[in-house]
Amino acid sequence: MSRISLPHPGAFSPSRRRFVTGLAAGGALLGLGINPATGRAAATPPGRQQVLSGTRFDLTYSPTPINLTGAERQATAINGTVPAPVLRWREGDTVTLKVTNHLAEDASIHWHGLILPSSQDGVPHISDGFEGIPPGESFTYQFPVKQSGTYWYHSHSGFHEQTGSYGAIIIDPAGPEPFACDRDYALVLSDWSDEDPNHIYATLKKLSHYYNFRERTIFDALAEIREKGWAGYRAERDMWDTMRMSDRDISDVTGYTYTFLMNGVTPAEGWKGLFRRGERVRLRIINAAAMTFFDLRIPGLEMTVVAADGQNIEPVTVDELRLGVAETYDVIVRPQDDRPYTVFAQAIDRSGYARGTLTPDLALAGEVPEMDPAPILTHGDMGMDMAAMGHAGHDMGANDSADGGMPAMDHSGHDMGGMDHSGHDMGGMEARPAIGSGTAGYGSSRPVVHADTEYGPHIDMRADAPQYRLDDPGVGLRDNGRRVLTYADLFNIGATPDPREPGREIDLHLTGNMSRYMWSMDGIKFADAEPLGLKFGERVRINLINDTMMNHPIHLHGMWSDLETGDPGRIPRKHTVIVQPGARISYLVTADAMGGWAYHCHLLYHMPGMFRKVVVS
Amino acid sequence: MKRTLIALGTLVLATNVPAAGGDDPVLAKVMIDRFERQHTGGDDPLMLEADVWIGRDLHKLWFKTEVERVGGETEEAEIQALYSRAIAPYWDLQVGWRHDAMPKPERDWLAIGFNGLAPYWFEVDAAAFVGGNGQVAARFTGEYEWLFTQKLVLSPELEVNLHGKDDRATGVGSGLSDLELGLRLRYEIVREFAPYIGINWTKKFGDTADFARDHGEDTSDAQVVVGFRAWF
Repeated sequence: MSRISLPHPGAFSPSRRRFVTGLAAGGALLGLGINPATGRAAATPPGRQQVLSGTRFDLTYSPTPINLTGAERQATAINGTVPAPVLRWREGDTVTLKVTNHLAEDASIHWHGLILPSSQDGVPHISDGFEGIPPGESFTYQFPVKQSGTYWYHSHSGFHEQTGSYGAIIIDPAGPEPFACDRDYALVLSDWSDEDPNHIYATLKKLSHYYNFRERTIFDALAEIREKGWAGYRAERDMWDTMRMSDRDISDVTGYTYTFLMNGVTPAEGWKGLFRRGERVRLRIINAAAMTFFDLRIPGLEMTVVAADGQNIEPVTVDELRLGVAETYDVIVRPQDDRPYTVFAQAIDRSGYARGTLTPDLALAGEVPEMDPAPILTHGDMGMDMAAMGHAGHDMGANDSADGGMPAMDHSGHDMGGMDHSGHDMGGMEARPAIGSGTAGYGSSRPVVHADTEYGPHIDMRADAPQYRLDDPGVGLRDNGRRVLTYADLFNIGATPDPREPGREIDLHLTGNMSRYMWSMDGIKFADAEPLGLKFGERVRINLINDTMMNHPIHLHGMWSDLETGDPGRIPRKHTVIVQPGARISYLVTADAMGGWAYHCHLLYHMPGMFRKVVVS
Repeated sequence: MKRTLIALGTLVLATNVPAAGGDDPVLAKVMIDRFERQHTGGDDPLMLEADVWIGRDLHKLWFKTEVERVGGETEEAEIQALYSRAIAPYWDLQVGWRHDAMPKPERDWLAIGFNGLAPYWFEVDAAAFVGGNGQVAARFTGEYEWLFTQKLVLSPELEVNLHGKDDRATGVGSGLSDLELGLRLRYEIVREFAPYIGINWTKKFGDTADFARDHGEDTSDAQVVVGFRAWF
């Protein structure tokens, strides 16, 4: 790797370059190992993740050489590392973060999932009074830390996030943790491309399936004709062929250009974390990718999920979980054998994976499993489930239970500790409202209506019968023989913080035209949209309807998204919510944060269009 | 044309997506659909069919060209300059000017057409033309793709030309003038570059065929073609 001269050499030292070298020599493999007893890093890790703790931080953006694929590129790194340093805060502290920009373009940092004043949220032209950090200048963020758990931070300028501007935030609670652990690792998952992200975006506009090398071939067709007969084959294909859509369209950007990273380490090398047999190891898994959903499992270990998006939930034990872009989950694992365990995070389209090893010995690496078959979308994923079609147009809430798709109590296939709580009122189950019944915790009973703005050349589909699919693990994870976390498994560990019924409901349709690569909400892209107004203090329900064939991870800044998973008493809080293709989902928001906030799809190349400014006044 | 291509190419490379609110940058795409040698046994013609567009999601300027050279002479050359506006999820309405530089005499036309993707994945370009001399014409092209693998693609193509009246000077007759059927098998080394081999069959009908016979030309012709497809 040759040295590239930097505009501000002072911001960069050769010793730091090691951190961003994907193929660094051994000895630099150990990840973050934090000793929970002290709540601080046990030792400065020799690996890629620096940990910065305290209340005052200096963070510096610099163009930084990085080599993950054999080709050297420039990362928009923070403090010279990809991912950026782990920031470790304590609930109740006030943190001060001076961010200096040595890039040639405006920069910013957004503290993802943090409850803070709008002016500190770091979204240029959206956050109150914040216009980004010009080249050569600094901006000092300061805010009180009012929460604990696992979060992350990233750029909200241009496509910097694609080129390395992201890192983990760990906030220790003011009081004791509700669960004990012996080791604590942050696992930052991400996707790296050697391509300029602007070029990726332009390429998607010119040929939207450019990165998809899993399209149907005539041999697929012949196999299906053999299996189903011509009539069966045609019945299956007609919808796709008339809509001109591909059931193999899972990810816009794939392993064709991406190298998937775990804590900045390539799959070839593999991140490593140490454990001793019998220890409880907490993994703070953060999906910091630009465009990639990850399905994560650790063959041989079950994972007890203890927090979602930083917020503690009723523990639930699973074999696998899906992380939408920007979601985080904290899990606890307890390896019982002195052997390496592979942490395996497949990209949702199975075009690649990020990989690490939990191991008693750094010399050992776990066996890497085969990837699952590439997922294929169904009619249900297009919101056109034939079973549901007959009910389209009238009471959808009733459909949900009739179709057995949803009811809050249907935890079929899941046998988990977290479900025990529902045991006490098993007898009253049939009395409990179904999802979609309208009361707080159960989602909306409103019929789905498509606005006039949803018709035109910028929209290629509208879901006719979008269903609540909370207990659906999603395409590629259904019936795979493993216990997969679903949103129906999420229940807040304490009482619902704001038990009010929603005063009103807002429907937002996630819309787009895949082949033109245009994205919008309600058919109106950000550039043409009025801000969405919320009244300070109100409790409002937001119903998201996905009128596209992509999963969209929707992120509301500044306020919690209280996801309606079927128990009004224990509504879990999230900052990012996956809306499955052709599905709908509802959450409640307490508008307790004044000012301007961003509200958008967290897929980086959907974000320019599928975006709203929210104003609380 | 070459200069235009270079200028547009520079523009493509210089295109940068603005940071905020820039969901719809001005982009440009140069698409060489066919650049091929047609093996006929005599003078092997060289064929170019290319599109260039520049613009945004729903509004574009669109240039189309078709050039055929035989024995170092340009026998056919056509260029269209169109305003292209998205009118449906998969369809653009294209309106503009068509200029036939060869064969002589030159002809100019108003062009109006639809370009897009029909149900069942047929790529269609259907246009009507009104000429300065009161001539009217219509052209339909359709194309389909069968994937053998993710990179090996078999593509049948059809082109039909119709004219309102005879134009003896340029050798076209009224009614169904000519038809072209092609079958090309390309291998996408990368998405942007794919060499291909194929067969091509053309047939002239009615007065168009008669004019061809008068000039001692064949009225139908089958060729083996070798070429490449490229875009950026």
